[in-house]
Amino acid sequence: MKKTWWKILAVAILIYAILGALLFDAPRLNILNETIRNLHFHVTMWFGMIILLTASMVLAIRYLRTGNQKFDLYSVELANVGVLFSILGLVTGAVWANYAWGEPWSGDPKQNGAAVCLLIYLAYFVLRNSINDEQQRGRIGGIYNIFAFAALIPLLFILPRMTDSLHPGNGGNPGFNAYDMDSRLRIVFYPAVIGWTLLGLWMASLRIRMRKVQKQLED
Amino acid sequence: MKKVLTLLALFFCLNMVSGQDKIEITADDYENTTVEMADTMRSNGKIYVVVAVVMVVFVGLIVYMIQTERKITRIEKEVFKEKDNS
Repeated sequence: MKKTWWKILAVAILIYAILGALLFDAPRLNILNETIRNLHFHVTMWFGMIILLTASMVLAIRYLRTGNQKFDLYSVELANVGVLFSILGLVTGAVWANYAWGEPWSGDPKQNGAAVCLLIYLAYFVLRNSINDEQQRGRIGGIYNIFAFAALIPLLFILPRMTDSLHPGNGGNPGFNAYDMDSRLRIVFYPAVIGWTLLGLWMASLRIRMRKVQKQLED
Repeated sequence: MKKVLTLLALFFCLNMVSGQDKIEITADDYENTTVEMADTMRSNGKIYVVVAVVMVVFVGLIVYMIQTERKITRIEKEVFKEKDNS
């Protein structure tokens, strides 16, 4: 955990991604204009969130299988960073929507779905904090985590597709789904996803170490 | 190795979930001057002022994170050493 190379890598990738997002040629698209560059900041938050929350769910399963408290701690802190990313994704989405759709919150299925997901995950922390016994907290939290993840996928990726949504790639709206075919956006977008995810892992690792120290002091 | 493969598989899955109902972006979209872009800002180089400011903020945040990490490492050493002695 204390190896530094991946942190340096994360920072290097992110510097490249920010420079690329601001300076590289972007496609000229109606309505979006220069805001197409938000792709490298807004959408990457959601990709990062999905990766972090998937890892959190996997670690919750590992905790339930092994009973090792370590995995529970990892699982919680990864969910914590995942929630941070989803809040940032929601806020940046609202800012972007204000210009592209005319209002920050239009009750779009994608926005509503994302908000419900956020509430589900916030309830996870409320649930955990309401249980004092360590094992019970880990077990119930772990199981809740799996169900929260199972609710996340349909809310973000399936339900918005079944109705009309303004969000690109949903409903009857074609929109730009830039990261499909355009290689010039991809060369910034995918590194940016990796960079933000690694930064999220770094943040989680700091909190995990802090919590371990805290626990040590309590014992 | 297994972990790397799992990560790769995950990445492909993300690709599949995200890439439906799309309009392809073509080379023409890069040349379409009827769509307004911040061309003036780019041609007179003011964009680099923005880039510089964003970079300073980003590097500042990272430096702060590194310092926090160092502090945690120091505390870790203290706390876990105490444990060994007692």
